[in-house]
Amino acid sequence: MNARPMHFVSPADFRERVSGALQDQALRTSMRGAMEFLQTKRSTQFPDADELEQLRDLGEAIRQHALANLPDLLVQFESSLQALGVQVHWASNADEANAIIHEIAQRRGARSIVKGKSMASEEVELNHYMSERGIDCVESDMGEYIVQLAEEKPSHIVMPALHKTRAEIGALFERHLPGTPYTEDVDALILAGRRSLRQKFADADIGLSGVNFAAADTGTLWLVENEGNGRLSTTVPDVHIALMGVEKVVAKLEHIVPLASLLTRSATGQAITTYFNLITGPRRTGELDGPREMHVVLLDNGRTQAYADQQLRATLQCIRCGACMNHCPVYERVGGHTYGTTYPGPIGKIISPHLLGLEETADLVTASSLCGACAEVCPVRIPIPSLLVRLRTEANRDPAQQVDQPLRGQGASFSRGERLVWRFWSGAFARPSVYRWFRWLATRLRAFAPSSQLGWTRHRTPLVPARRSLSDLLRERGQAE
Amino acid sequence: MSSMATRERILGALRAAAPAAAPDSRELEARINQHHAHGALRAASQKQRADVMERVMTSVRTEVIRSDSASWPALLAVKLGQAGVQRLLLDPATAEGAALAAALPVGMQTLSFSQPLEAWKDSLFSAVDAGFTVARSGIAATGTLVLAPDAGTPRTVSLVPPLHVALVYASTLHADLHAAMHSEGWSTGMPTNLVLVSGPSKTSDIQQTLAYGAHGPAVLWVVIVDDGMEAQA
Repeated sequence: MNARPMHFVSPADFRERVSGALQDQALRTSMRGAMEFLQTKRSTQFPDADELEQLRDLGEAIRQHALANLPDLLVQFESSLQALGVQVHWASNADEANAIIHEIAQRRGARSIVKGKSMASEEVELNHYMSERGIDCVESDMGEYIVQLAEEKPSHIVMPALHKTRAEIGALFERHLPGTPYTEDVDALILAGRRSLRQKFADADIGLSGVNFAAADTGTLWLVENEGNGRLSTTVPDVHIALMGVEKVVAKLEHIVPLASLLTRSATGQAITTYFNLITGPRRTGELDGPREMHVVLLDNGRTQAYADQQLRATLQCIRCGACMNHCPVYERVGGHTYGTTYPGPIGKIISPHLLGLEETADLVTASSLCGACAEVCPVRIPIPSLLVRLRTEANRDPAQQVDQPLRGQGASFSRGERLVWRFWSGAFARPSVYRWFRWLATRLRAFAPSSQLGWTRHRTPLVPARRSLSDLLRERGQAE
Repeated sequence: MSSMATRERILGALRAAAPAAAPDSRELEARINQHHAHGALRAASQKQRADVMERVMTSVRTEVIRSDSASWPALLAVKLGQAGVQRLLLDPATAEGAALAAALPVGMQTLSFSQPLEAWKDSLFSAVDAGFTVARSGIAATGTLVLAPDAGTPRTVSLVPPLHVALVYASTLHADLHAAMHSEGWSTGMPTNLVLVSGPSKTSDIQQTLAYGAHGPAVLWVVIVDDGMEAQA
């Protein structure tokens, strides 16, 4: 599977992909079914609205406490890990994270890495980096394995192959897995996937995983899964590398209990997943399995930018459940791949500008009607719509304007003409005499309204000022200004 | 940039922006405790907890066997024989492992984890039919086994063989995860690996269709032994 080409699309081409996605009837149908399924599953887990709201308050408070103390907690987490014999690494960006992991692999003479599900590794495009250097990365989560075989990227952070039908997967397995006849039987397909990956776990030199939660007090990594591939990846190979965003750490192990409950119930509508895998250090003396060498890579990759701003910091409260995308009318209609980012949907729109800069992602933050469904379901109460508005503001800010903590790509959507129009508008509104003059002029010159008005007239009739202004009409009725 | 310089840069950026540190989390813990204080099973009897455990585990395709301290080995031995198990991995040094081994039908082979994984990885992956473990405790509300693998019963016993058989004493059943963590004092003594198991391995990654036996054991049997002692917490 070396040097496999992958499809990298840019979030900057979002607009171009949208119309194609909207006209893809098969995608629309499968997305609709999947979203309905996930919404129903979630709602059955929260029969008691009071309990849900109380738990969301608690989840928000725990995450905010962790963020408020983040630098100290990271230092504490690091020393807890080191005391257990775990090697801790820090990475500013994707290249540094990949280089650290590659260096470990080289030192161990590793040829293959088996991976549990890790969105952070998708974020840094680890597989691509390693395959260019002759190291084979095998995804072992069934959904991740399917998208890897299809040379695609995940379209959902919890259900990576959400967009694929069983027929497509049947054809994919028939083509790629020796001795697998075409079938649409899901049990048979999963069995085929299990068989083909079994030996990979036994043979891999390194297991790589993500982290759902990390406890600073005990140095515990808390991994959540249903399949057992995460346990195998972190148990069987002699080396375990965990890659995690710096925001994942909380103060105490006991703080994770409510978060874990919120995560599984919000994500897949399960009271608990099949496995909670709590890892506290490498194999100890006398133990007969588990990795003898363990590494934790702490990844920044734009998170400190979000952290620097008091309002945008709330982005980092996220526990990656995917409920916001499952309830988003935009995500449901265009699917995950259209975004062109590792994290699609509402959470993707507010985190990606920090990961990639606003130059690439300025269109994404506009792809929302601000309906608020995401904020309503978010288990840790991230105010996603107001963060979107803020990011739109930053994308439209004059790039030359000096602000305290400028965002990468500030002013990516800035246009002088638009700024001029708004300046005039706010000026006119602030001065009654100017406004009255403008009103008089607009109603008299209505015949000169252009018939082509940029994007507006592509699907709509042109805007023409009314014959009489509202205040003129009111004055005639004796209800003067 | 070296990892050390990166560390300083990241921590520096965070410190520059962080609000005044407020490490005291006692209020938060009080709220967490308060939220769980009225959990549905907090006041339940041992039998009620065992009943809930059985119901929840059964709902995710776990086969639950209720038995008592005297009769479970024979009961389980018969079941293992019927399932065609030929090689069973267990720890003969534990009372439960020894009792089960003594009850097994002639011809069924027992294996113990007596050497490091890397010395017999291939045969563990290919030639073991079932693994037997004794859970440290259980969590009734979510139908969960708490496994604390050790030198006698390492992590892979409950992970690699296609059938996992776990024994849990009814007296160890906690109401919920919060109760389990607190009464067992997890924060002050985490083993290398603590695994919470709530059913056989499964996935819904193909068109949201539930399928069992993804990568871990496809089949899970749980023996709940009614040992007639009320739990301490």
